Parts: sequence; structure tokens; C-alpha cells
Amino acid sequence: MTTLVIAEHNNAVLAAATLNTVAAAKAIGGDIHVLVAGSGCGAIGEAAAKIEGVAKVLVADDAAYANQLPENVAPLIAGLASNYSHVLAAATTNGKNFLPRVAAQLDVDQISEIVSVESPDTFKRPIYAGNAIATVQSSAAIKVITVRATGFDPVSAEGGSAAVEQVSGTGDKGISSFVGEELAKSDRPELTAAKIVVSGGRGMGNGENFKHLYSLADKLGAAVGASRAAVDAGFVPNDMQVGQTGKIVAPQLYIAVGISGAIQHLAGMKDSKVIVAINKDEDAPIFQVADYGLVGDLFEIVPELEKLV
Amino acid sequence: MKILVAVKRVVDYNVKVRVKADNSGVDLANVKMSMNPFCEIAVEEAVRLKEKGVASEIVVVTIGPTAAQEQLRTALALGADRAVLIESGEELNSLAVAKLLKAVVDKEQPQLVILGKQAIDSDNNQTGQMLGALTGYAQGTFASKVEVEGDKVKVEREIDGGSQTVALNLPAIVTTDLRLNEPRYASLPNIMKAKKKPLETLTPDALGVTTTSTLKTLKVEAPAARSAGVKVKSVAELVEKLKNEAKVI
Repeated sequence: MTTLVIAEHNNAVLAAATLNTVAAAKAIGGDIHVLVAGSGCGAIGEAAAKIEGVAKVLVADDAAYANQLPENVAPLIAGLASNYSHVLAAATTNGKNFLPRVAAQLDVDQISEIVSVESPDTFKRPIYAGNAIATVQSSAAIKVITVRATGFDPVSAEGGSAAVEQVSGTGDKGISSFVGEELAKSDRPELTAAKIVVSGGRGMGNGENFKHLYSLADKLGAAVGASRAAVDAGFVPNDMQVGQTGKIVAPQLYIAVGISGAIQHLAGMKDSKVIVAINKDEDAPIFQVADYGLVGDLFEIVPELEKLV
Repeated sequence: MKILVAVKRVVDYNVKVRVKADNSGVDLANVKMSMNPFCEIAVEEAVRLKEKGVASEIVVVTIGPTAAQEQLRTALALGADRAVLIESGEELNSLAVAKLLKAVVDKEQPQLVILGKQAIDSDNNQTGQMLGALTGYAQGTFASKVEVEGDKVKVEREIDGGSQTVALNLPAIVTTDLRLNEPRYASLPNIMKAKKKPLETLTPDALGVTTTSTLKTLKVEAPAARSAGVKVKSVAELVEKLKNEAKVI
């Protein structure tokens, strides 16, 4: 039994979500190999070789994989998959994009966003936006799975000394091309990896007022998120959205500011260790999940909080 | 060009679902059912492409029980031209759905297939990508902007760090994200007109597709409940608790 983990990276940095995915592979048991498909991604291969518990790293360095186009990446993974009992990828927008394509090419069902491994063929995954947890069993010869990072504590990025092997690419299918991308630039930690997250909702009133949250976040070393209401109102860009359709986070501390607590939002943060809610409406549903609630005017509370922490 | 839109009948997004006492699934008896929200966005996008003169015909397809005709009629009222129901009483997994859609693609030969990125019941986020693999077409998932330019479609996609734009050869698959558009409401005259639009019923057997699955749901449970904590009186008390009780700062 050997599991192939697809590394998540941008050719420059190995994404932290890879470590959570390797943790899921470890829970399954057996050997763990990691595939790094990219362009000019030698350093990623070396980084992957150092991950705790990884026995072998496969590097497919080909211009066709520079931007992880699923039309090109899926045939590579599907070609390698026959050597493996499990193929795992992080349930990032990237993993969700290419992995179902791999599963269909292999003619197997995919198991999406597992949050726990019960046995090598049985997994738990949230359905209905996390309002129910399904336990599913797969009889597929190759189990193709995406892993929700918050369900697994990451393995160490150091300590491994896996062999690195080059594998040849499957080329460019020539049916899709990368045009460009716009990535949010920020010095703050990434939302899904941050230990503390400060999020704002419709109660912030406008985008300008988010400066209070940025300032608090910088003092705490926190990432800043937002509810769908704040994103839809145009206060902040959509990559800050925490919730069922946005990012799923589970930090040590989640501070919800001016967020009422729609089911949609709760689905994205209710696994946080400690939740603090700051809201002027004492009946807001967010207080039902908050460990500590503070009713009052956020524009007075947030600056005071920044002073005291 | 012809656009195929796939839709799914799901529990209405405003319904708070309850797990059945015997843990066999979610209780769907007497629960309001609607078109999956991401599928509504898919229908709307197709209608807008038709209004712009890019699309000439919109075919909407669903796979589900007889009652799923309701969602097809909704799509017809929103502007789809005709509908196909692939009738199946059992709950199918994404791969089976993708195979059925592949059979419809073979028959209809659309230039663009638009689907929701995921259904809010199973939360799988697989069908569009799987259809991409089975047809060999390129895929633009989690779309926030779709522009047809000659024999290509340019798709702006929502990704974790921001947005990405890809150009795909037609025919292609697009799956919708929330901010692609805001779906319209159907007008009463259009709802009346939709009743007369053609709706064809097929079966997986007739399409020659087997829908067996390698997945079995053993049980469905309610998530661990999170209990409400305490209300603190002041910021000072909050900071004190976070430092000394929760020890998270």
C-alpha cells in the first residue's frame, strides 16, 4: 500500500497544505511518495524530500505544468496512479480543479474534502456545508481523495531524506493556456495557515473601516478574513472570504467582528479552537458558537482591544 | 452556438438540514427543494450569452427524480429553450452523473457546457471536472467571468490567492462560482411560457450508461455541537480570559 501525495506549490514555495495532506497519508498508513509537477520546480522537489515520513519524491519538470493546468497535469497523475493505492491532493482551489479530472480518467469515484481517516478505505467528510458528517467507504482500486487541511495537523517540513526521482512529463495537450493571474499581496500570514484570524462582516460598514482590523491583526500577527456579506458588499476582495464557499479556517483564535454568524460563515470557521465574537446585536447567532462574546460598538472595542493585547 | 447547462435539484439553501435519527442520511421529507444556487448562476450565464447573441440555443439537463422537472421548468422560465430529464430515483455520485452528461454531450454536441461548481448537498465539487476528463474538453472551473472570443473562451477563475485567467479551446466546460453573476427572477409570463417548452425524459439505460458506484455511505451524523460560551463585560475582561483562561494570545 503506497500513497501518492500531489504537492501544492507555485514553483517557488511548497505550500503548507502539502504537510496536512501528507499527514492524511500517514493516517492511511503505508509508504508515502510525493509528486511535484511544475516548471523549474527542482527546489520544490528538494523541499518535499525533507518532509517527515516521505519515502520518495517524483519530480515532473515540464513547461506544461508551470501553471497547474488540469488538462495537462491530470494525464500525468493518472498515468502514475496505477502504482498506488491512494492518490491525495489538498482541497485547495488547485487540488479541487485537477483531481476530479484524474479520478474520471481512472474511472473511479473521488472522495472530496476528507476531515478524518477511519481506516485505509473509510473516511469522514462534511456534507451540507458541514451541517452533517458522512462516513464513506470506498471499494475503488485506487482511492482518489482531496484532503481538507484543517482536519489534519501538519507533519514536520523537516527530518525526511527521501530519494528524488525525475519522471517524464506527458506534454501540453494544447487545449488550454494560462493568460494571467492577479494575486493579493500581503505581508500578513495566509488565512488558512494563520494561528489567529481576525474577520470582519457587514457591521464594518465599509472597506475603509477594515483598517481597524488590519491594525489589530498586525499587532497579533494574525490574518484578516471577511464574511460573505462583507465581500458581496464590496468592502474587501473575495479571496478574504471565510465560509462554505470561501476559505475553511481552523486557527487557535478566531475573532469575528461585526459578523452576524450566517450558517454559510459558520461552516468556514466553527472548527477554530477559540472563537471570540464582537457584535452590537446581542441576539446575533455568532454568539451561539463563540467562547467569548462581547456586545458593543466594534469601533470602540477593536481599538481598545488593540491597545490591551 | 449551443450551450448545455446542467442543474441539480437540492435542498433549498435556507433550510437547516437535520440528520435522521438512524444516521442513514439527512431528513428530506417535507423539505423545500430548489435549484442548486451555483446551477442558477450557470443558467443565468447561459441566458446572458444568448442575450448577447453569442449563444443560439440553451439546453438544460438534470439527473434526478420525476420531481426534478420543477427545476427544469424554472430553468426554462429563466430563458432555456428546451429541457432533458434523465430520470433516476437513486442518488448518484459525481462520476455517474458525469458519464450521463457525457452521453448528453455526445448527442447534443454543445460548444459550451456550464455547470455549478458544486451542489450544496453533497459538496463534492467534481462533476464539471470529471465531464472535462470524459469528453477531453478543457475546463474553466470556479468562473467569475466568461468571455467567448472566436473559437476560444476566456475564463477568469477564483483561486485561493486571488484570480486566474485561462483561455480554453471550444468546446469547453465551465463551472460557476458565486460572483459570476446575479441570477434574475423568472417573470410570471415567462413561467407560463415555460410550461409549453419541450421537456424530454430519458433514462440511464436508454443512454447506455451504468451508474454503479465504488462509494458507500456508512453513516451520516450531526457535527459535534459547539456550545455557546460566556459573554464578557469589557475588553479588559476579554483580554484577561484570552491570556489566562484560553491561553491563545
